[in-house]
Amino acid sequence: MASVSMEQGLILAGVLFALGLIGVLVRRNIIFILMSIEIMLNASGLAFVVAGSHQGAADGQVMFIFILTMAAAEVAVGLALVLQLYHRFKTLDVDAASRMRG
Amino acid sequence: MLELLWLIPILPFISFLVLVLIGSRLSRAGVATIGVGAIGISAVVSLLVGFSFMSSPPPGNAFSQTLWKWMEIGKFEPGITFHLDALSLLMILVVTVIGFLIHLYSTEYMIDEDGYSRFFAYMNLFIGSMLTLVLADNLILLYLGWEGVGLCSYLLIGFWYKDPANGLAARKAFTITRVGDTAMALGLFLLFANLGTLNLHGDGGILALAKSQWMEGSGLAVAAAALLLGGALGKSGQLPLQTWLPDAMAGPTPVSALIHAATMVTAGVYLIARTYVLFELAPSVQFAVALIGTITLFVAGCSALTQRDMKRVLAYSTISQIGYMFLALGVGAWSAAMFHFMTHAFFKALLFLGAGVVILALNHERDIFNMGGLWRELPVTSKTFVVGAAALAGFPFITAGFYSKDLILWKIWSAHQPWLYVVALGGALLTAIYSFRLVFIAFFGEMKSHVVKKPGALMKIPLTILAALAIIGGFFELPHAWGNWQPFSKFMESAFPLTAPVEHDGHSKVAAELTLQGIAIVVSIVGIALAYLFFLHNRASAEGIARSSLGSVVHRFWFAGWGFDWLYDKLFVQPVVWAARINKNDFIDFIYRLFAGIIKIFHVILCLTQTGRVRWYAVGIAFGAVVIVAIVVLS
Amino acid sequence: MTVVFWISAVITVISTVMVITRRNIVHALLYLIVSLLAMAVIFFSLGAPFVAALEVIVYAGAIMVLFIFVVMMLNLGERSTQQERRWLRPQMMIGPAILAAILMIELGYAIFTGGSGGPITGEPVGAKQVGISLFDTYLLGVELASMLLLAGLVGAYHLGRSDRSEEEGS
Repeated sequence: MASVSMEQGLILAGVLFALGLIGVLVRRNIIFILMSIEIMLNASGLAFVVAGSHQGAADGQVMFIFILTMAAAEVAVGLALVLQLYHRFKTLDVDAASRMRG
Repeated sequence: MLELLWLIPILPFISFLVLVLIGSRLSRAGVATIGVGAIGISAVVSLLVGFSFMSSPPPGNAFSQTLWKWMEIGKFEPGITFHLDALSLLMILVVTVIGFLIHLYSTEYMIDEDGYSRFFAYMNLFIGSMLTLVLADNLILLYLGWEGVGLCSYLLIGFWYKDPANGLAARKAFTITRVGDTAMALGLFLLFANLGTLNLHGDGGILALAKSQWMEGSGLAVAAAALLLGGALGKSGQLPLQTWLPDAMAGPTPVSALIHAATMVTAGVYLIARTYVLFELAPSVQFAVALIGTITLFVAGCSALTQRDMKRVLAYSTISQIGYMFLALGVGAWSAAMFHFMTHAFFKALLFLGAGVVILALNHERDIFNMGGLWRELPVTSKTFVVGAAALAGFPFITAGFYSKDLILWKIWSAHQPWLYVVALGGALLTAIYSFRLVFIAFFGEMKSHVVKKPGALMKIPLTILAALAIIGGFFELPHAWGNWQPFSKFMESAFPLTAPVEHDGHSKVAAELTLQGIAIVVSIVGIALAYLFFLHNRASAEGIARSSLGSVVHRFWFAGWGFDWLYDKLFVQPVVWAARINKNDFIDFIYRLFAGIIKIFHVILCLTQTGRVRWYAVGIAFGAVVIVAIVVLS
Repeated sequence: MTVVFWISAVITVISTVMVITRRNIVHALLYLIVSLLAMAVIFFSLGAPFVAALEVIVYAGAIMVLFIFVVMMLNLGERSTQQERRWLRPQMMIGPAILAAILMIELGYAIFTGGSGGPITGEPVGAKQVGISLFDTYLLGVELASMLLLAGLVGAYHLGRSDRSEEEGS
């Protein structure tokens, strides 16, 4: 039974990251954008875990926990912003927020 | 007792600090008590130190006191060290005693002015700096005092700063002396670079080192002496840097008396006397000193003859008298120069203070042709002023000026410089004429202005003391031909070697000296008589000469100080102003403006990318990430 | 384990593709949950059971609940789907896809030429080891993460608060 190699794990992470990136760039709905960002963060977390497992060390998982923390905080603030945006512009279109340029 | 030396310069500094910090809250009496009291104590300590120095001379006739090490940079470690020998003792006595008298006088003179405490603060700072200058054991400390007095001179010339003309005069004085100071700083660098120290005295001092290491007339010695001479010329108002001194009369009269007559302007004389070894090693520079002194005394004497402003007459006369000192230094008559310095300090301070009384009495009238007939109105002032003028003119036998000037003339003759002697004698004639021109025009004849303010006791006492000094000051040194009474030279011998050896070789020498004295006496009397003739007895004749075609040209030329101001204006000021004007939009700035312009263009372009569209920003970030990863991966 | 890894990898990729192409937001969220669960299986197969559990609890649990909560609050329905249809056109995918493809190629190149590759044994690294590492080597990081969470909490509260003065004004 051939085991998984590190390259394969990293490629998987890369594919997920690229998909998340496409999602961020294509979508206009801000909630979709936030979801895509979650995908990207998750992908990077996967890369850490793959590397950590390759070493047989706990460090990769620790890094994943930090990323998880960051993602949680980011989603909390991001969704609060979504609420505000919707409250103000009555739409979820990010391009509507371009009036806030500074 | 000598250990009290450090108190002498410190006291004025302390008083300065006190006046600067809390002076504005003190009453005028309080300010005067602190300002004058500090100088008074300083003078008393100087007298005590001087007494102790003379009664029991320290070993080597010199006393050094190190307070602390100033700085340490490699092997350059100057100390705050005071050095007392005969030369610096003379200087501190003159500075503190005359400084005290002038301070006393100022308490009354300045009483109606704003900035009373500011005035005394500056004056005390000046005295402290001057004492630092003369007591300094190394040239860098001397330079500190040198710049300190320059600063005070600037501040006090511009004391009445509300009139722009005074500020201009102050800036002029500062700028022109800066030319000399720069030369002097270069001289210090040169000395340090070649001798590795700036200490003056002792075995490791520059005087001893220069003597042992440099050949007579070697290039280094000439350069060092010439650069130091540059500093001395600027400070002492000698040709070609003399133009600031007449304008410096914009300051209050006690300032003119203290700084621009008695003490600071003689700092150049002191510097040359202090570093005489360097000048002996550079005979060409020493001769230049004599030549400059001669030319200056004649040029300034002519100008003094034509001035209308009382203080400007005295200013030109100061330049002229310092010219005598330089001449004496130039022929190696060190102690004669210092003797003339001392007597000049007495009578010139006296003349300035007298002039101050007159100016104040006539409600700030300074034109002598608007004065006249003051003899009865201001008896004490007039009498003391006449004593001062007589001393300046070298009135024979009783005045100090006669003895000191005669000594210099005799030394010039002994140095076999007949041409310099002739010019110096001509200068003596001019001196006699212009000093008594002042007396006859201002104090005799008909009254033209009303006396509005009579001097009080605080002004009369200094005048009287200075008048007494202007007479007895000369008796410290009688001519050789009159016997062996030369305590001044003997005293100064400990600081200078006798460079012009005294030859007591018989009758012809004595006869020659007596003959020369006779000539000097005649010149002085003739000068006074001419002044009487032209300016009191028959004033119309003098005006007639001045109005004739040739006379008016010469008069205007001399009145303008031989056109030096005009020349410098054309040579230096105008080109700089012209260059400043064509370069108004600084062409170097153009380069920087170009950069700014480029950045601005980029700013405009990059502004277009700032659309506020988040997804385009995300594209930008992604694109940047692609590029950077490409660089990292492919490199 | 390899088989498990590959199956869940395929599920992850497919469900992620579905996430970014769905028009209905609730459908997308469901696909995202599937993707995250599959990811948890991947973690488990890689020998990281603790992280796998966290993935299920925090990501698929808490964070997704937040999303659903917001979606319900905004009451997005058929109107939103119509809107998505207008916004999401196939030709818009081209540019980002090219960019992502280039990035992917670069990453693949970097991964395969990087050297230090090799098989992953899948030997489990348990919660105990992670905990020791977390509260020993990375203690400072934990503190900072807690501060970050606090800041997120405060920020979310501040932003989510309805602005009373403005409501009165309008």
